[in-house]
Order: sequence, then structure tokens, then C-alpha cells
Amino acid sequence: MSPLPNQNSFSKGTDLAVIILYFAMVAIGILCIFMVEYNPNSNWSSSLIAGKNSYSKQIYFAIFCSFIGIFILLMDSKVFTALANILYAGGIVLMLATFVLGKNINGSKSWIPIAGGFNLQPAELCKIFTALVLAKFISKPETDFSKLKSHLIAAAMISLPAILSIMQHEMGLALVYSTFIFAMYREGLPPIILIIVFTFSLLVVATLLVEPSLLAIILTAIAGIVILTMIKRFKRNKSKILLILGIWAICFGTVRYAVPYIFNNVFECYQSTRIYSMVGKEYDCSQNKKSNATSGKKRTRKPDDYNVKQSKIAIGSGGFTGRGFLKGTQTRGKYVPEQNTDFIFTSLGEAFGFVGTATFMGLYLFFLFRLIRIAERQRSTFSRVYAYSVVGIFFFHIAVNIGMTIGLFPVVGIPLPLISYGGSSLLTFTVLVFVLLRLDADRQMVLR
Amino acid sequence: MALYNSNRGGIIQIIIGSVFLMIIGQLVSLQLVSNKYKLAADNNAIFRKIIYPDRGIIYDRKKKALLENSISYDLVVIPNEAKGVDTAALCAILKIEKEEFNKRMIDVIVKNSRVKVGIFEPFLSPELYAQLTENLYRFPGFSLSERSIRTYPFNTAAHVLGYVAEVDVTFLKKYEEEGYEMGDYAGMTGLEKQYENVLMGQRGVNRFLRDNKGKIQGAFEQGQFDTVAVAGRNLYTSMDVEVQQLAEKLLQHKIGSAVVINPKTGGVIAMASSPGYNPNLLTGNQRRKTIGRLLTDTARPIYNRAIKGQYPPGSTFKPLGALIALDQGLITPSYGYNCYGSFNTCGDPRKCTHANAGHAANLQIALANSCNSYFLQVFRMAIDNPKYHNAKLGYLKWKEYINSFGLGRKLGIDLPSENKANIPDTAQYNKDFGNPKLWNSCYMLTLGIGQDRMTATPLQLANSMAIIANEGYYYTPHFVDSIEDEDEDDKILLSKFRTKQAVTKISSTAYAAIKEGMHDVTVYGTAKGLTVPGHEFCAKTGTAQNPHGENHSIFVCFAPKDNPKVAVAVIVENAGYGATWAGPISTLLMEKYLNDTLTNESRQKSEELANKDLMPSSIKEWYERNRNERMNEVEEYKNDELGDVWNMEMVADYKPVPKKVLPDTIRKDADTSKKNKGPKEPNKNKVSKDSAAIIQKKKKKNPKPKNVSITKSK
Repeated sequence: MSPLPNQNSFSKGTDLAVIILYFAMVAIGILCIFMVEYNPNSNWSSSLIAGKNSYSKQIYFAIFCSFIGIFILLMDSKVFTALANILYAGGIVLMLATFVLGKNINGSKSWIPIAGGFNLQPAELCKIFTALVLAKFISKPETDFSKLKSHLIAAAMISLPAILSIMQHEMGLALVYSTFIFAMYREGLPPIILIIVFTFSLLVVATLLVEPSLLAIILTAIAGIVILTMIKRFKRNKSKILLILGIWAICFGTVRYAVPYIFNNVFECYQSTRIYSMVGKEYDCSQNKKSNATSGKKRTRKPDDYNVKQSKIAIGSGGFTGRGFLKGTQTRGKYVPEQNTDFIFTSLGEAFGFVGTATFMGLYLFFLFRLIRIAERQRSTFSRVYAYSVVGIFFFHIAVNIGMTIGLFPVVGIPLPLISYGGSSLLTFTVLVFVLLRLDADRQMVLR
Repeated sequence: MALYNSNRGGIIQIIIGSVFLMIIGQLVSLQLVSNKYKLAADNNAIFRKIIYPDRGIIYDRKKKALLENSISYDLVVIPNEAKGVDTAALCAILKIEKEEFNKRMIDVIVKNSRVKVGIFEPFLSPELYAQLTENLYRFPGFSLSERSIRTYPFNTAAHVLGYVAEVDVTFLKKYEEEGYEMGDYAGMTGLEKQYENVLMGQRGVNRFLRDNKGKIQGAFEQGQFDTVAVAGRNLYTSMDVEVQQLAEKLLQHKIGSAVVINPKTGGVIAMASSPGYNPNLLTGNQRRKTIGRLLTDTARPIYNRAIKGQYPPGSTFKPLGALIALDQGLITPSYGYNCYGSFNTCGDPRKCTHANAGHAANLQIALANSCNSYFLQVFRMAIDNPKYHNAKLGYLKWKEYINSFGLGRKLGIDLPSENKANIPDTAQYNKDFGNPKLWNSCYMLTLGIGQDRMTATPLQLANSMAIIANEGYYYTPHFVDSIEDEDEDDKILLSKFRTKQAVTKISSTAYAAIKEGMHDVTVYGTAKGLTVPGHEFCAKTGTAQNPHGENHSIFVCFAPKDNPKVAVAVIVENAGYGATWAGPISTLLMEKYLNDTLTNESRQKSEELANKDLMPSSIKEWYERNRNERMNEVEEYKNDELGDVWNMEMVADYKPVPKKVLPDTIRKDADTSKKNKGPKEPNKNKVSKDSAAIIQKKKKKNPKPKNVSITKSK
């Protein structure tokens, strides 16, 4: 694998393709925000300089992030391994601090106000720190990642910020932490875990879609058929019957108790409602413990599928070639809520149609595959684990964000990497990418 | 280094790739497969505002506007924005209850949704308008919206002009492709309906972009898809507003109709139907109050008798009967008949008003004296014409002539729902009398003097005068002479009014004989007392028997005798002799048209006539009885908004069952109204069935028909 040609010592070994893709994405993001904010009645160039609009702010964020990126590239890559644990600990402390200092933005108390009207979301930064600390832990010589004990320690590291996020009512951010499973899988996590995760999601979906009693009958039938067809083998080894019966019992328990428990006790009422509305069902909020606790203050909200409906209309109305730059009526009429953050993809889909969205998805796919390629060429485990963590985080954000705008995934508030408006999010992804580039530049080195 | 796991990178790539494929798949289905999202986006964001152009104006022949447009105001509301309204104050101004306020609000929401403008109170009176403008700031969400309504400066020609009204569901269904929408106004009757496409103009549509709160963001695509409203075009008619007003005045307190035609063009100068109504009462907020009363009125003021009333023409038919015989060569102008006061050939004698010898010595004299026997004989000759072997074929030929004179068929005037009246078919007689070989001219003898089952509309009678005046041709009667900025389509539309319709090739000597006879009518005949100052004129009186009571007074005429410029038909129901009532009305109308003014003597006569009350007593009784009840009903209609549900066509199709004591065009419920108030389901029984039943009864008694009793004629 030959490194790309290097022009000077500064960019020596730095992956140019990723840098180009990074800036292309940020540029597309600013363009999308501009489309959302554009108002034909006001002079956009003057407001750009004044920095009052989201797109002009985003430009300043991007400039700031470029400096951060350059700064990271100038750093010694040993810093990351050295500081991983401290950063992680600091991140956790910051997250805990939000419970005291937190400022309520959009119903989630996960922001810490800092000078100049900017707010910091520690949970965002914790993604980076968790990636680093996970890489550090797995790359330690004494860690044998084929052992269950190591898996559990890694899982605990990941779960801590995730649980804190849930406590801050940031379900989307918490779910992001599940993507570290990619990195863990790559490093030796048994495939059975992936299969279990997959089966569990399947069961959740099945619980939502199928009548509970019917589902119970189906599960029992499957278990029965498996036992009947393999009856001869079981005569020799009776423990396998128990295994199958055990799986059946777990599945049954998941369907009957675990899933309703999650919906009623773990998720917020609105989250359960959104998930149910995805499959066209209504969720009864009176069952929800959290909503009962806070039932005093009712927030007035538009119907839960309103966002997704308008988002689908916006993307669908783009057709093949789109309605044209700045001509999208859904965008101009502000029909899609949160359009410059979580639903930024809609402005792209409406203005540029399928041609635009497919190209955009191709760009993202190329970007992710490029990151995987970088990951695979690392000599040091630290770099590889970190790279796969970055891949996982990006992939999850992209898939969930776009999935929710097109009605494939329930609405959880997570941004589209490098595109969505927001300094915190842009900074996080910038740091994730540039740290990876820094590590990649030193790929001949073995970091511990 | 965990190189042994390196294949797992590939698996991760596959997972990522397949998720991306799912996303692409969903994008394909959203963006490429269905276009419903595009429509949904347009529905969301594009607000179509319809710009209503002014309707065209209708002018008379002297370019006086018969109707005009004026501005009226509606109180409109956007329910979503109506928050913090001072309801009590608004209710006080509008004089409504709180419940009514809520009910109207709900109506508006149901009709137009919460975010669109809906009409809360239409057609504000000037006082209300003033009060509301002052207080509008207290009623957020409410505003005053302009709309154009019709006004009629001369209060005249209601039947001809028709009216405009808000389209209803049935209308929308019927004219689905014309692009009407709820809330639009369209012509419902008369010229307003007939020339709707011309008068309406073209609605403009402005497209605006609106945001998620329904606020207008500006023009959509810089207005490149907007269409401009094109004002409706004006109609120039042949009507003369003064003649029209005179006709309506002369017919007041009477039931009847008058039609004045210019035989040289076919243009209708005046068309009146009595009782009528003031067209201003069917515009604006008057409409609700009036429509119910008009619909329940037993004298049926909305019904245009000039084109829908079916009357036996009586003696006014005689000139046509004579023309047929002359053309067939059955008689010559010098043909005479010895009438001694009755016609005895077909069994029972038919009486004639004259018994002196020589009152039917030739055609001219017979016409002047309106000798029944003479024209019965002429009719028999035409039916039993040896050329056609049997009575049926003879009758068919005769009917062909009659139809060519415009009777028994629609003339094609530019008004909706013209009636073709009735010239009986041989089939009807076959049914009554059995085998065609069994009947002959005696069976329907009185057809020859315009009775039996023959009926005609006043328009048809006026047109038949135009044919005689023109000696064999006519122009299809019409109102509209020209349309403003006529285009090709309009020319095609009007071309049928500009084409000469030849009748038959009856010789001009035959016409000359008839004209002389009709002139003699006015000199020494049945209409000798009537004059048109400065003009000689031709006329024929008619006193038509009918099953509804007193004879109809009928008069047809044209003037001047040479080079005729005006043809008139007047019918006054159940009034008596033709020369007594219809006659002077006709001559006054001709005088007004030809001389443009009335002499003092005529003016005095017109006042007398106008004040003469000839309403049948049954109608008067009905009015007396219903005065109080009707007051209540009007209230009911107003509340039920029945006025919008009922439209004029339903009234027009209303076929009354004739009662012996009631005039033709009067409702049955006149004498039963104590029990039946309000409009009942129209009775489907036809007039002709009733008379057919009478005939059949007679037939059972006598194998030989001795149908309709004595025919008085003058």
C-alpha cells in the first residue's frame, strides 16, 4: 500500500483524499445551510459578513475547525495515547458537571454554557475520548481481547458515557456508543455478539409489528420445528435441547417483557411514540413511567410524524433532478422543522433530487471505505481501533440521520456529520478525522 | 497485532454497504417512483389566489346598461387567526347570538379549513360595513372582503337577464371540466347562464409561496406561472329598455306575457312575463329573503311565460292555417264559405260569432271577421287533401307546415330552457282513436282554429308574425346582437342568429292575401278600435278557450303594414276577448317602438291598462290566505338557506296539474295551500294528459268524437 505523494514535511504521510473529502463535505454542509436560511428579501452577502445567519456562523466554525485540524496534524501522535485515559476521565467529569451547570437546549440538559454565547456539549466530545480510551485499552500488551473479561471492561468503558447521555435525555447520542461494537468486533469480539445484537433488534421490530400472542406462537413453533428436525442429535446430547429451550425462553422474555419494559421505562414517551409511529401504530403514553412522572407539564408539540412526513415530502418532491438550487418550496416555506441541523439532508434532496442524494451517498460511502482502508493499513492496534471507532461513529450518524429523514428510522436527534449546522458537532467530527489523519501519518510507528 | 481478524474489515464494509443500499433503495422509492410527494409539496407551499374579473355588462340597443357591477363587502374570517376576538361586541354588531357565532365559525372551518379565508357574513349593508370598519381592530382574524355584485339600474327584464349565484355541489358536478370552484359565482338562468363563458371572462390565478404558518412569502417563481384575469366581455342586445319597461308595466296585475320582435333581424326588443320580480331582489343579501317567497308564490313569478308558457293560440292561428291551404292550392284568396253561424259538417255544430251572410265571402273578409266555420273548412280540406290518400298523411303534411312556421319546436332563442309547446303527433291521435284509418279531420277539427291540443309559446306566436311580415322567412329570435371583441368562437355562436331561415316556398301572393286580411282586421274586423298612431298595421285577435277558466286574451300583430319593423304577440291569461286586453297592450308596444314615444291619449290608455287588475280570483284568494303564512315561511327559508339549494331550473320544470278553475301557468297549490305550504315535490303530471283524459271520456260516450265543446272566436 503506497502512501500518497507528499509535498512537504507538514503533510508528510497525511491522507490527501480524506482531507479533500472533509473539506468537500464541510462546503456542502455550508451550502445546505445557506439553502435553508436563504431569504430572497434580504441581502445574503451583507448578512454573511455580519455573521448573524447560521451559514455565516458555520463558515466561522469551519475556519476555526480548520485551525484545530492543522493544530492536531502538528501534534505528536504519542500525545493521544498518553492523554487517552485523562481525557476520558475529564470527559466523564464534564458530563457529570452538566447535571449541575447544564443549560436546557431543546429539552435536553446536556449543554454547558461557555463564553461568547457558545455552548459545549460534553457528550459530543466524550465520543472522541471514548474512542481513544478504547483504543488505548485494547492496544495495551496485557489486554487479551479474546477474553470475556476484556470485553466486559471495554463494554463498561463505552457504557458509562452512554448511560450518562440517557440520563441527560440524549437518546441519540447514547445510541452512538453502540457503534464501538465495530471496533471491538474487528479486534476479536466473537461474531455471536453481532448475531445476538442483530437478533435482538429483529425481535424488537417483530414485537412492534406483530400481535404479541401471534408472535409467541411463531416463536414456539420455530423452537418446536428445530427440536423436531434435530431430534436424533438430541438423543445423544440432551444439553442442546436445553440450549434451544433457553434461547426460546430468552426470545420469549424479550418479546413479552424486555421490549415493553424498554418502551415503558427506558424510553421517553415521545421516543416510544416516534418508534411506534414508524410502524404506523399508536403508543399509549399512559403506560410510560417517565411521562407519568412529569405529566404535570405538557409540552405542545406538532404530531409526531409531522417531521418525518414533511421531510419525506421535501426529499420526494425533488424527483430525479431536483427542484433546483434555492427553489425548493418545502425548504423555502420552512415546512421541515430542525432543517439546518437534524434534517439538513432534506434541503439537499429537494434541491438536487436523486442525482444529488445518490452522489452525496456515494461520497459518504467512499469516505467510509477510505477510512476502513486507512484503518487496515495501521501497524499499531491503537490506531486501528481508533480508526474503526471513527468509522463506526460516522457510519452510525450517517445511517441514522439519513434513515430518519427518509422514514427508515425513528427520529432521534443526531446530526449529519460535517453537514449539519452546529459548532460542537463539526468540532467533534473534525477532531475525530484529524486525529486519525495524524495517527495515519505515523502509521509506521507502533503506538502503545 | 490481530492480523488474524483482518477479514473482518471486509465484513464491516459489507454491513456498511448494505445499509447504504437500503438508504439508496428508499431514496429511489421516494424520489423516483412516486410523484405524490411533489404534489404534497405543492399543496403545502403553493397558495393559489384566484382573481375574479368583472363580469361583462349587458346593454340594450341604445347602449343603456341593463345591468351593472357594483361592489359589496363580505365579512370574512381566518379561523386560526381569530384569537382574542371580542365576541360579544361582534355578535352585537351583527345582531346574532353567541351560539350562532359558534355555529358559523364551525361552518367556516368545515367548509374551508382553519387556515383559509371563509365567509362569515356575506353582503354587508352599508351601515354594518361602516360599523365593522370602525371596530375591526377588535376582531383579529376578521377582515372585509370586496366582491362584485350585479345591480339592475332599470329594475327590469329579470326573466331575460337571469341572475348569478354561488355555485353549489350539483353545479360543480355538472360543469366539472369548466374549472369552477366552491365559492365561485355563475349565471344560473337567462342570458347570464346562456352567455356565461363570455360574461365570466377568464379568472386569473396568482401563485404565492407560503410558509408552514400559512404566511405568504412572495410570488412563486417570480410569478411566471401566474395567469392574468381577463375581464368578461359585454353583450349588446337588441332589447329596448323603454319598450321592455312599458311591457312590464302594462302587464302588471295580470298574468300573461308579451314578446316584441324586430322581424328584420330576429332581435327581441322586449320580452315580458307577468307576474315578474325586481331583479335587484335576487342580488346580495336580498336574495335569501326573496328567493323563498318567489319560489312559493302560486303565480310563479320566476317562470318565464314568454318562452315556457304553453297557450292554445286560438284564432291567432288562422292566418297560418290559411297559408297552408293557399300553398297547397286548396283555396284561392277568393275562396268563400257560407257560414250561417255554425259549422255543421262534423256532427255537432261549431258556433261562429257571426251569422250574417257574406262574413266569410273570401279569405280577406273571413280573416277580418275571424270566421270559425271558414277556417274549420280550410283545415278539413288540408287534412283530407286527396293528394295524400288518407287523413294521416294529410295531417303529417299539415304538421310539417306548422313546424316550419316555428310552432311545436324550439326556435333556438338564446335563453336556456325554451319550451317547444305542442303540435300533436299522429301517434297521439292513433292512441286516442285507434287505427289511423279510423280517424279523419273531423276528429281533431278544432286544430284548425288553434284549439284542441295545439299550444304555442308567446315567442313562437311573435315569430310566426315575423314570418308573415317578412313573407316567408325569419331570423332565429335572439337577444344578443353582438359581443364585445367578437372572436371566431363568438361568430360561430352568433352565426345562427344571423342566418336567414327560409320557411317554405309559399308564394308572395298568398302572403299578400293574408296581410290584406290581417290589415282588414284592424280596419273593420275584430280589432277595428285599435290604432297605432301614424302607422297602418296588421293583426289577428285570439280568444282562446282553455280548461283553466276564462278565455285567454291573445293578440298578434306586426307594423307597419308595408315594410314591417316590429312583430308582437301578447297573451293575458283568463282575461277574455283578445281585442279588449291583449290588443291595446300590443298596439301601445308597437307605438312605443315605432314612434319612440306615446301620444298623450295613448299614455292615458296605458295608465288605465296598467292599473287594470285582471288577476284570476283564485290567485287573489291565495294571496289573501297566505299573506300571514308566507311571512313565516320567508323566515324559515332564510334560516334553512333553501334558497341556495333550490335553483330556478327546478321551478321551470315544475309541471302543474291544471284545475278547472285555475289559469294555465298557475300552481296547483293555489287552492290547497292551507294544507300544503312550502314547495312540494313537483308534480309530474302533464297538462296534455289531463286533456287527453277528457277526450277519451268523450270517446267512450260517443263513437263519433264530439270533442271540445263550443269554440268562441272573434
